[in-house]
Amino acid sequence: MDPSEAARFEEAVLPHLDAAYTLARHLLRNDHDAEDVVQDAYLRAIRHFGGYRGGNTRAWLLTIVRNTCYSWFRRHHLDARATEFDETVHRDFRRAEDPEEEMLRGALREALDQAIEGLPVEFREVLILRDVQGLSYGEIAEVVGIPVGTVMSRLSRARQRLQRALPVEDYRRN
Amino acid sequence: MSCDTLGAKLTGYLDRELDERAAGEVEAHLRQCVTCSAQLERERRLRAAVQAHLTPLRAPERLRSNVRAMIRTQVKRPQRRQTWLPTWAATAAALLLGVAGGWQLALQHAPGAIGSDLVTEVVAGHVRSLQGTHLTDIASSEHHTVKPWFAGKLDFSPPVPDFTTQGFPLTGGRLDYLGERQVAALVYRRRQHVINLFVWPSPDSNALPVAASRRGYHVVHGAADGMTYWAISDVNEAELSQFAQLVAADLSRNAPQP
Repeated sequence: MDPSEAARFEEAVLPHLDAAYTLARHLLRNDHDAEDVVQDAYLRAIRHFGGYRGGNTRAWLLTIVRNTCYSWFRRHHLDARATEFDETVHRDFRRAEDPEEEMLRGALREALDQAIEGLPVEFREVLILRDVQGLSYGEIAEVVGIPVGTVMSRLSRARQRLQRALPVEDYRRN
Repeated sequence: MSCDTLGAKLTGYLDRELDERAAGEVEAHLRQCVTCSAQLERERRLRAAVQAHLTPLRAPERLRSNVRAMIRTQVKRPQRRQTWLPTWAATAAALLLGVAGGWQLALQHAPGAIGSDLVTEVVAGHVRSLQGTHLTDIASSEHHTVKPWFAGKLDFSPPVPDFTTQGFPLTGGRLDYLGERQVAALVYRRRQHVINLFVWPSPDSNALPVAASRRGYHVVHGAADGMTYWAISDVNEAELSQFAQLVAADLSRNAPQP
Protein backbone atom coordinates (compact mmCIF):
# COMPACT_ATOMS: atom_id res chain seq x y z
CA MET A 1 0.00 0.00 0.00
CA ASP A 2 1.51 3.32 -1.01
CA PRO A 3 1.02 6.48 1.08
CA SER A 4 -1.74 7.93 -1.12
CA GLU A 5 -3.64 4.63 -1.03
CA ALA A 6 -3.24 4.54 2.75
CA ALA A 7 -4.66 8.05 2.95
CA ARG A 8 -7.63 6.99 0.81
CA PHE A 9 -8.13 3.94 3.00
CA GLU A 10 -8.02 5.99 6.17
CA GLU A 11 -10.53 8.48 4.77
CA ALA A 12 -12.93 5.88 3.35
CA VAL A 13 -12.74 2.96 5.76
CA LEU A 14 -11.65 4.27 9.16
CA PRO A 15 -14.91 6.24 9.68
CA HIS A 16 -16.77 2.89 9.76
CA LEU A 17 -14.79 1.63 12.75
CA ASP A 18 -17.71 2.12 15.15
CA ALA A 19 -20.01 0.17 12.82
CA ALA A 20 -17.41 -2.59 12.55
CA TYR A 21 -17.00 -2.76 16.31
CA THR A 22 -20.77 -2.72 16.92
CA LEU A 23 -21.29 -5.70 14.61
CA ALA A 24 -18.33 -7.68 15.98
CA ARG A 25 -19.29 -6.96 19.58
CA HIS A 26 -22.84 -8.20 19.03
CA LEU A 27 -21.75 -11.29 17.11
CA LEU A 28 -18.98 -12.31 19.53
CA ARG A 29 -20.59 -10.97 22.72
CA ASN A 30 -17.21 -10.08 24.22
CA ASP A 31 -15.24 -6.79 24.17
CA HIS A 32 -11.75 -8.24 23.87
CA ASP A 33 -12.63 -10.72 21.13
CA ALA A 34 -14.44 -7.97 19.26
CA GLU A 35 -11.32 -5.77 19.37
CA ASP A 36 -9.13 -8.63 18.13
CA VAL A 37 -11.49 -9.47 15.32
CA VAL A 38 -11.96 -5.87 14.20
CA GLN A 39 -8.19 -5.42 13.98
CA ASP A 40 -7.86 -8.59 11.94
CA ALA A 41 -10.74 -7.43 9.75
CA TYR A 42 -9.02 -4.08 9.11
CA LEU A 43 -5.83 -5.91 8.19
CA ARG A 44 -7.81 -7.99 5.70
CA ALA A 45 -9.49 -4.83 4.44
CA ILE A 46 -6.11 -3.13 3.90
CA ARG A 47 -4.91 -6.13 1.90
CA HIS A 48 -8.01 -6.24 -0.25
CA PHE A 49 -8.31 -2.49 -0.65
CA GLY A 50 -6.27 -2.59 -3.85
CA GLY A 51 -8.94 -4.73 -5.49
CA TYR A 52 -11.86 -2.77 -4.03
CA ARG A 53 -13.67 -0.90 -6.79
CA GLY A 54 -15.65 1.49 -4.63
CA GLY A 55 -19.36 1.42 -3.88
CA ASN A 56 -20.85 0.99 -0.44
CA THR A 57 -17.75 1.07 1.76
CA ARG A 58 -19.63 0.39 4.97
CA ALA A 59 -21.27 -2.74 3.55
CA TRP A 60 -17.92 -3.83 2.10
CA LEU A 61 -16.18 -3.45 5.47
CA LEU A 62 -19.03 -5.08 7.42
CA THR A 63 -18.86 -8.08 5.05
CA ILE A 64 -15.19 -8.49 5.97
CA VAL A 65 -15.94 -8.03 9.69
CA ARG A 66 -18.70 -10.63 9.53
CA ASN A 67 -16.46 -13.13 7.70
CA THR A 68 -13.68 -12.52 10.23
CA CYS A 69 -16.15 -13.20 13.06
CA TYR A 70 -17.17 -16.49 11.44
CA SER A 71 -13.49 -17.45 10.99
CA TRP A 72 -13.07 -16.71 14.67
CA PHE A 73 -15.98 -19.03 15.51
CA ARG A 74 -14.41 -21.79 13.41
CA ARG A 75 -10.95 -21.24 14.89
CA HIS A 76 -12.36 -21.52 18.40
CA HIS A 77 -14.45 -24.51 17.38
CA LEU A 78 -17.57 -22.70 18.35
CA ASP A 79 -20.79 -23.43 16.63
CA ALA A 80 -22.11 -19.94 16.06
CA ARG A 81 -25.65 -21.29 16.12
CA ALA A 82 -25.30 -23.21 19.32
CA THR A 83 -26.58 -20.42 21.54
CA GLU A 84 -30.30 -20.39 21.90
CA PHE A 85 -32.34 -18.06 24.01
CA ASP A 86 -32.89 -19.50 27.43
CA GLU A 87 -36.21 -18.34 28.80
CA THR A 88 -35.46 -19.42 32.34
CA VAL A 89 -32.57 -16.97 32.55
CA HIS A 90 -34.77 -14.10 31.52
CA ARG A 91 -37.93 -15.02 33.36
CA ASP A 92 -37.35 -12.35 36.00
CA PHE A 93 -37.67 -9.57 33.47
CA ARG A 94 -41.19 -10.66 32.66
CA ARG A 95 -42.11 -9.88 36.23
CA ALA A 96 -40.20 -6.62 36.39
CA GLU A 97 -42.90 -4.28 37.64
CA ASP A 98 -40.90 -1.42 39.05
CA PRO A 99 -42.88 1.72 39.66
CA GLU A 100 -39.90 3.89 38.81
CA GLU A 101 -39.80 4.69 35.13
CA GLU A 102 -35.99 4.92 35.21
CA MET A 103 -35.68 1.47 36.73
CA LEU A 104 -38.07 0.15 34.15
CA ARG A 105 -36.05 1.61 31.32
CA GLY A 106 -32.89 0.08 32.77
CA ALA A 107 -34.58 -3.29 33.16
CA LEU A 108 -35.93 -3.11 29.64
CA ARG A 109 -32.53 -2.29 28.22
CA GLU A 110 -31.02 -5.20 30.10
CA ALA A 111 -33.83 -7.52 29.04
CA LEU A 112 -33.40 -6.43 25.43
CA ASP A 113 -29.63 -6.91 25.57
CA GLN A 114 -30.03 -10.39 26.97
CA ALA A 115 -32.80 -11.37 24.59
CA ILE A 116 -30.73 -10.22 21.63
CA GLU A 117 -27.64 -12.00 22.91
CA GLY A 118 -29.75 -15.12 23.16
CA LEU A 119 -30.79 -15.01 19.52
CA PRO A 120 -29.10 -17.50 17.20
CA VAL A 121 -26.40 -15.64 15.33
CA GLU A 122 -28.13 -15.73 11.93
CA PHE A 123 -31.08 -13.87 13.42
CA ARG A 124 -28.93 -11.64 15.59
CA GLU A 125 -26.83 -10.37 12.71
CA VAL A 126 -29.76 -9.25 10.56
CA LEU A 127 -31.43 -7.59 13.55
CA ILE A 128 -28.27 -5.69 14.51
CA LEU A 129 -27.54 -4.70 10.92
CA ARG A 130 -31.10 -3.44 10.46
CA ASP A 131 -32.29 -2.01 13.76
CA VAL A 132 -28.99 -0.86 15.29
CA GLN A 133 -26.93 -0.05 12.20
CA GLY A 134 -29.78 0.98 9.91
CA LEU A 135 -28.78 -0.96 6.79
CA SER A 136 -31.31 -1.56 4.03
CA TYR A 137 -32.43 -5.11 3.25
CA GLY A 138 -30.33 -4.94 0.08
CA GLU A 139 -27.21 -3.97 2.02
CA ILE A 140 -27.83 -6.72 4.59
CA ALA A 141 -28.23 -9.24 1.75
CA GLU A 142 -24.82 -8.13 0.46
CA VAL A 143 -23.11 -8.34 3.86
CA VAL A 144 -24.58 -11.69 4.87
CA GLY A 145 -24.61 -13.18 1.37
CA ILE A 146 -28.28 -14.20 1.31
CA PRO A 147 -31.26 -13.17 -0.86
CA VAL A 148 -33.30 -10.13 0.18
CA GLY A 149 -36.31 -12.38 0.85
CA THR A 150 -34.28 -14.35 3.36
CA VAL A 151 -33.21 -11.12 5.07
CA MET A 152 -36.87 -10.25 5.49
CA SER A 153 -37.90 -13.64 6.85
CA ARG A 154 -34.96 -13.83 9.27
CA LEU A 155 -35.64 -10.32 10.52
CA SER A 156 -39.29 -11.20 10.96
CA ARG A 157 -38.43 -14.30 12.97
CA ALA A 158 -35.84 -12.41 15.02
CA ARG A 159 -38.41 -9.80 16.03
CA GLN A 160 -40.99 -12.48 16.80
CA ARG A 161 -38.54 -14.21 19.11
CA LEU A 162 -37.82 -10.93 20.88
CA GLN A 163 -41.53 -10.28 21.29
CA ARG A 164 -41.95 -13.67 22.91
CA ALA A 165 -38.97 -13.09 25.17
CA LEU A 166 -39.88 -9.60 26.33
CA PRO A 167 -42.68 -8.36 28.52
CA VAL A 168 -44.97 -6.54 26.13
CA GLU A 169 -46.20 -4.22 28.88
CA ASP A 170 -42.68 -2.90 29.24
CA TYR A 171 -41.83 -1.84 25.75
CA ARG A 172 -45.33 -0.63 25.02
CA ARG A 173 -44.63 2.46 27.12
CA ASN A 174 -41.51 3.40 25.26
CA MET B 1 -53.99 -12.56 0.79
CA SER B 2 -54.43 -14.58 3.97
CA CYS B 3 -52.66 -14.20 7.31
CA ASP B 4 -50.49 -17.22 6.48
CA THR B 5 -49.30 -15.90 3.14
CA LEU B 6 -48.67 -12.49 4.67
CA GLY B 7 -45.92 -13.87 6.94
CA ALA B 8 -42.67 -11.95 6.80
CA LYS B 9 -44.18 -9.39 4.41
CA LEU B 10 -45.57 -7.65 7.46
CA THR B 11 -41.98 -7.00 8.55
CA GLY B 12 -41.03 -5.79 5.07
CA TYR B 13 -44.11 -3.54 5.05
CA LEU B 14 -43.21 -2.07 8.44
CA ASP B 15 -39.67 -1.37 7.26
CA ARG B 16 -40.95 0.13 3.96
CA GLU B 17 -38.92 -2.41 2.04
CA LEU B 18 -41.75 -3.79 -0.13
CA ASP B 19 -42.43 -2.69 -3.66
CA GLU B 20 -45.66 -0.79 -4.33
CA ARG B 21 -47.68 -3.81 -5.44
CA ALA B 22 -46.74 -5.97 -2.46
CA ALA B 23 -47.29 -3.08 -0.06
CA GLY B 24 -50.76 -2.58 -1.57
CA GLU B 25 -51.61 -6.23 -0.98
CA VAL B 26 -50.50 -6.02 2.65
CA GLU B 27 -52.56 -2.86 3.18
CA ALA B 28 -55.63 -4.50 1.68
CA HIS B 29 -55.24 -7.41 4.09
CA LEU B 30 -54.62 -5.17 7.09
CA ARG B 31 -57.86 -3.28 6.43
CA GLN B 32 -59.84 -6.47 7.01
CA CYS B 33 -57.69 -8.30 9.60
CA VAL B 34 -57.57 -7.13 13.19
CA THR B 35 -55.08 -9.83 14.22
CA CYS B 36 -52.45 -8.82 11.67
CA SER B 37 -53.01 -5.11 12.38
CA ALA B 38 -52.35 -5.78 16.05
CA GLN B 39 -49.26 -7.81 15.18
CA LEU B 40 -47.97 -4.96 13.02
CA GLU B 41 -48.44 -2.58 15.93
CA ARG B 42 -46.59 -4.93 18.32
CA GLU B 43 -43.71 -5.27 15.91
CA ARG B 44 -43.59 -1.51 15.44
CA ARG B 45 -43.30 -1.02 19.22
CA LEU B 46 -40.67 -3.69 19.56
CA ARG B 47 -38.66 -2.13 16.73
CA ALA B 48 -38.94 1.28 18.39
CA ALA B 49 -37.74 -0.19 21.70
CA VAL B 50 -34.76 -1.89 20.05
CA GLN B 51 -33.82 1.25 18.17
CA ALA B 52 -34.20 3.42 21.25
CA HIS B 53 -32.19 1.22 23.58
CA LEU B 54 -29.55 -0.26 21.35
CA THR B 55 -27.52 2.50 19.86
CA PRO B 56 -24.39 1.82 17.81
CA LEU B 57 -21.39 1.24 20.04
CA ARG B 58 -18.32 3.41 20.02
CA ALA B 59 -15.07 1.61 19.32
CA PRO B 60 -12.61 1.86 22.25
CA GLU B 61 -9.89 4.49 21.79
CA ARG B 62 -7.21 1.82 22.01
CA LEU B 63 -8.75 -0.01 19.06
CA ARG B 64 -8.93 3.21 17.08
CA SER B 65 -5.27 4.03 17.66
CA ASN B 66 -4.22 0.44 16.94
CA VAL B 67 -6.04 0.49 13.61
CA ARG B 68 -4.46 3.86 12.76
CA ALA B 69 -1.02 2.47 13.64
CA MET B 70 -1.72 -0.60 11.52
CA ILE B 71 -2.57 1.52 8.48
CA ARG B 72 0.72 3.39 8.94
CA THR B 73 2.77 0.18 9.24
CA GLN B 74 1.19 -1.15 6.05
CA VAL B 75 2.49 1.83 4.11
CA LYS B 76 5.60 0.92 2.21
CA ARG B 77 8.25 3.32 3.33
CA PRO B 78 9.94 5.19 0.52
CA GLN B 79 13.44 4.48 1.94
CA ARG B 80 12.76 0.78 1.51
CA ARG B 81 13.42 1.21 -2.18
CA GLN B 82 16.75 2.82 -1.43
CA THR B 83 17.80 -0.08 0.80
CA TRP B 84 16.72 -2.61 -1.80
CA LEU B 85 18.77 -1.04 -4.52
CA PRO B 86 22.18 -1.71 -2.93
CA THR B 87 21.06 -5.25 -2.09
CA TRP B 88 20.25 -5.95 -5.70
CA ALA B 89 23.37 -4.14 -6.84
CA ALA B 90 25.38 -6.30 -4.47
CA THR B 91 23.66 -9.43 -5.73
CA ALA B 92 24.33 -8.44 -9.31
CA ALA B 93 27.95 -7.76 -8.46
CA ALA B 94 28.24 -11.12 -6.72
CA LEU B 95 26.80 -12.85 -9.78
CA LEU B 96 29.14 -10.98 -12.07
CA LEU B 97 32.01 -12.19 -9.97
CA GLY B 98 30.68 -15.70 -10.37
CA VAL B 99 29.88 -16.17 -6.72
CA ALA B 100 27.14 -18.76 -6.72
CA GLY B 101 26.22 -17.87 -3.15
CA GLY B 102 24.75 -14.65 -4.43
CA TRP B 103 21.48 -16.39 -5.20
CA GLN B 104 21.32 -17.73 -1.71
CA LEU B 105 21.77 -14.24 -0.35
CA ALA B 106 18.99 -12.87 -2.53
CA LEU B 107 16.64 -15.68 -1.52
CA GLN B 108 17.23 -15.15 2.14
CA HIS B 109 16.35 -11.51 1.79
CA ALA B 110 13.22 -12.08 -0.25
CA PRO B 111 10.10 -11.36 1.80
CA GLY B 112 8.24 -14.48 2.85
CA ALA B 113 11.25 -16.74 2.49
CA ILE B 114 12.00 -17.18 6.15
CA GLY B 115 13.67 -20.43 6.98
CA SER B 116 10.80 -22.83 7.50
CA ASP B 117 12.80 -25.09 9.83
CA LEU B 118 13.40 -22.19 12.14
CA VAL B 119 9.71 -21.20 12.03
CA THR B 120 8.88 -24.75 13.13
CA GLU B 121 11.42 -24.50 15.94
CA VAL B 122 10.06 -21.14 17.05
CA VAL B 123 6.48 -22.47 17.11
CA ALA B 124 7.63 -25.54 19.02
CA GLY B 125 9.53 -23.33 21.49
CA HIS B 126 6.45 -21.19 22.02
CA VAL B 127 4.13 -24.17 22.54
CA ARG B 128 6.67 -25.78 24.89
CA SER B 129 6.82 -22.62 26.98
CA LEU B 130 3.04 -22.62 27.41
CA GLN B 131 2.89 -26.24 28.53
CA GLY B 132 3.72 -27.01 32.11
CA THR B 133 5.26 -24.40 34.29
CA HIS B 134 8.35 -23.39 32.37
CA LEU B 135 7.24 -20.12 30.80
CA THR B 136 9.85 -18.10 32.65
CA ASP B 137 13.09 -18.80 34.51
CA ILE B 138 13.00 -15.32 35.91
CA ALA B 139 9.55 -13.87 36.49
CA SER B 140 9.65 -10.12 36.70
CA SER B 141 8.08 -7.14 35.04
CA GLU B 142 11.24 -5.10 35.70
CA HIS B 143 13.67 -5.07 32.81
CA HIS B 144 16.33 -3.99 35.34
CA THR B 145 15.85 -7.39 36.97
CA VAL B 146 15.46 -9.49 33.85
CA LYS B 147 18.41 -8.11 31.89
CA PRO B 148 21.13 -8.80 34.53
CA TRP B 149 19.70 -12.29 35.03
CA PHE B 150 20.93 -13.26 31.54
CA ALA B 151 24.48 -12.08 32.32
CA GLY B 152 26.82 -15.09 32.47
CA LYS B 153 24.17 -17.43 31.08
CA LEU B 154 24.52 -16.35 27.46
CA ASP B 155 27.47 -15.31 25.31
CA PHE B 156 25.69 -12.06 24.53
CA SER B 157 23.66 -9.47 26.38
CA PRO B 158 20.11 -9.44 25.04
CA PRO B 159 18.12 -6.23 24.89
CA VAL B 160 15.20 -6.32 27.33
CA PRO B 161 12.88 -3.55 26.22
CA ASP B 162 9.93 -2.50 28.31
CA PHE B 163 6.69 -1.90 26.40
CA THR B 164 4.30 -1.62 29.33
CA THR B 165 3.11 1.81 28.26
CA GLN B 166 2.37 0.49 24.78
CA GLY B 167 0.25 -2.30 26.27
CA PHE B 168 2.79 -5.13 26.09
CA PRO B 169 3.98 -5.65 29.68
CA LEU B 170 7.09 -7.74 30.26
CA THR B 171 6.48 -10.76 32.46
CA GLY B 172 9.90 -12.40 32.51
CA GLY B 173 12.60 -14.26 30.65
CA ARG B 174 14.15 -17.69 30.24
CA LEU B 175 16.86 -19.50 28.32
CA ASP B 176 15.84 -21.43 25.24
CA TYR B 177 17.54 -23.31 22.45
CA LEU B 178 16.82 -22.47 18.82
CA GLY B 179 18.74 -22.77 15.56
CA GLU B 180 21.44 -24.82 17.30
CA ARG B 181 22.31 -22.17 19.81
CA GLN B 182 21.26 -20.76 23.14
CA VAL B 183 18.94 -17.82 22.84
CA ALA B 184 17.21 -15.36 25.13
CA ALA B 185 13.46 -15.81 25.41
CA LEU B 186 11.60 -12.76 26.69
CA VAL B 187 8.00 -13.13 27.68
CA TYR B 188 5.43 -10.39 27.18
CA ARG B 189 1.71 -10.25 27.56
CA ARG B 190 -1.02 -8.70 25.50
CA ARG B 191 -4.20 -9.03 27.53
CA GLN B 192 -4.52 -12.83 28.03
CA HIS B 193 -2.15 -13.62 25.17
CA VAL B 194 1.47 -14.63 25.74
CA ILE B 195 4.11 -13.30 23.37
CA ASN B 196 7.51 -15.00 23.24
CA LEU B 197 10.33 -12.86 21.90
CA PHE B 198 13.43 -14.88 20.99
CA VAL B 199 16.61 -12.88 20.53
CA TRP B 200 20.16 -13.79 19.53
CA PRO B 201 23.06 -12.18 17.67
CA SER B 202 22.99 -12.55 13.92
CA PRO B 203 25.20 -11.51 11.02
CA ASP B 204 22.27 -9.69 9.37
CA SER B 205 22.61 -6.23 10.77
CA ASN B 206 19.22 -5.23 9.45
CA ALA B 207 16.25 -7.08 8.01
CA LEU B 208 12.73 -5.78 7.65
CA PRO B 209 10.13 -7.66 9.64
CA VAL B 210 8.70 -10.67 7.82
CA ALA B 211 5.52 -12.37 8.99
CA ALA B 212 4.33 -15.94 8.80
CA SER B 213 1.54 -18.01 10.29
CA ARG B 214 1.74 -21.58 11.41
CA ARG B 215 -0.84 -23.67 13.23
CA GLY B 216 -2.79 -20.64 14.37
CA TYR B 217 0.24 -18.76 15.64
CA HIS B 218 1.58 -15.61 14.11
CA VAL B 219 5.32 -15.21 13.79
CA VAL B 220 7.21 -12.04 12.95
CA HIS B 221 10.91 -12.10 12.32
CA GLY B 222 13.43 -9.36 11.67
CA ALA B 223 16.88 -8.14 12.56
CA ALA B 224 18.30 -4.87 13.80
CA ASP B 225 21.53 -3.79 15.37
CA GLY B 226 23.15 -7.19 14.85
CA MET B 227 20.39 -9.01 16.71
CA THR B 228 17.87 -11.28 15.11
CA TYR B 229 14.47 -11.44 16.78
CA TRP B 230 11.46 -13.72 16.46
CA ALA B 231 8.14 -12.75 18.01
CA ILE B 232 5.40 -15.37 18.24
CA SER B 233 1.94 -15.38 19.74
CA ASP B 234 -1.67 -16.28 19.19
CA VAL B 235 -2.52 -12.60 19.50
CA ASN B 236 -3.88 -11.17 16.27
CA GLU B 237 -1.48 -10.48 13.46
CA ALA B 238 -1.93 -6.72 13.61
CA GLU B 239 -0.95 -6.46 17.26
CA LEU B 240 1.98 -8.81 16.85
CA SER B 241 3.27 -6.75 13.97
CA GLN B 242 2.85 -3.64 16.12
CA PHE B 243 4.89 -5.39 18.80
CA ALA B 244 7.60 -6.31 16.25
CA GLN B 245 7.77 -2.69 15.13
CA LEU B 246 8.39 -1.65 18.73
CA VAL B 247 11.14 -4.25 19.07
CA ALA B 248 12.80 -3.17 15.83
CA ALA B 249 12.58 0.49 16.83
CA ASP B 250 14.05 -0.26 20.26
CA LEU B 251 16.96 -2.25 18.83
CA SER B 252 17.75 0.46 16.29
CA ARG B 253 17.54 3.14 18.96
CA ASN B 254 20.06 1.33 21.13
CA ALA B 255 22.45 0.73 18.27
CA PRO B 256 25.83 2.42 18.80
CA GLN B 257 26.01 5.57 16.75
CA PRO B 258 28.78 5.56 14.13
